[in-house]
Amino acid sequence: MKLRVTIMLKTGVLDPQGAAVRHALGSLGFPGVDDVRQGKVIELDLDETDPAAAEAQAAQMCEKLLANTVIEDYRIERA
Amino acid sequence: MKAAVLVFPGSNCDRDLAVALTAAGAEVAMVWHKETSLPEGTDLVAVPGGFSYGDYLRAGAIAARSPVIAALRDHAERGGYVFGVCNGFQILCETGLLPGTLMRNRDLRYICRSVTLRVGTADSAFTSGWRAGEKVSFPIAHHDGNYTAGPGGLERLTGEDRVAFRYVTNPNGSEGDVAGILSDNRRILGMMPHPERAADPAQGGTDGAALFRAVTGVLAEA
Repeated sequence: MKLRVTIMLKTGVLDPQGAAVRHALGSLGFPGVDDVRQGKVIELDLDETDPAAAEAQAAQMCEKLLANTVIEDYRIERA
Repeated sequence: MKAAVLVFPGSNCDRDLAVALTAAGAEVAMVWHKETSLPEGTDLVAVPGGFSYGDYLRAGAIAARSPVIAALRDHAERGGYVFGVCNGFQILCETGLLPGTLMRNRDLRYICRSVTLRVGTADSAFTSGWRAGEKVSFPIAHHDGNYTAGPGGLERLTGEDRVAFRYVTNPNGSEGDVAGILSDNRRILGMMPHPERAADPAQGGTDGAALFRAVTGVLAEA
């Protein structure tokens, strides 16, 4: 089954890339952009067909490799 | 005294590190990342700078899960010495052998120039050739050198006298001006600046040679 993992910097961790994008949007004339956070999306195609087992597998993958939990949070959804 | 320099796809400071260690008297072996063991009698494992795996996912993330890392971890758990420079520091943080992580530089720019550092502690095999507070000049060359220790991490590192080097003028946003840190047993050093690029007069500076002399000296006596 297919899963989508979203990895974002934790709240409170400064995101200089997001800040740069926010500035660029401002200079393009988009008003009222208060904050931009940039993260990454990883799509997984797993053999596992049981949703709960697949999500548990993906969570392990996040803990071991996909996310750095010192600074990042992850979210797993069915794609 | 035997040193092993790990080599990953994308390492580019591995030979500089080998030259600096050899000049300080070490017998150096280059160890490819697919190896599952280190040469017999390895005293020090050096993890070089570069862009292992093109910095894919996060700097050092993939290298930190490569086969040779299990051997590195065993070496560290036996109390072995480990030295990571630049990408090597990022890899050591990704393995969890050192706390915290290195994020994108505050100004988003890749920075390549010499910086002045203050030695944070002389209490390690790597820094015993200096006095705490002494100034040294090493090049930096990184895009992700903005150290963050995680919640409570910096207080712990400071309290345990584990900050090995601090930037005199912070170039990258690093928490507490941290440029290099030690493990809790003080035998693992990770640092962003490159002492191996300041270890020979032809490189324009020789401040780094003291680090290699100190650690090879301590390990030769052991």
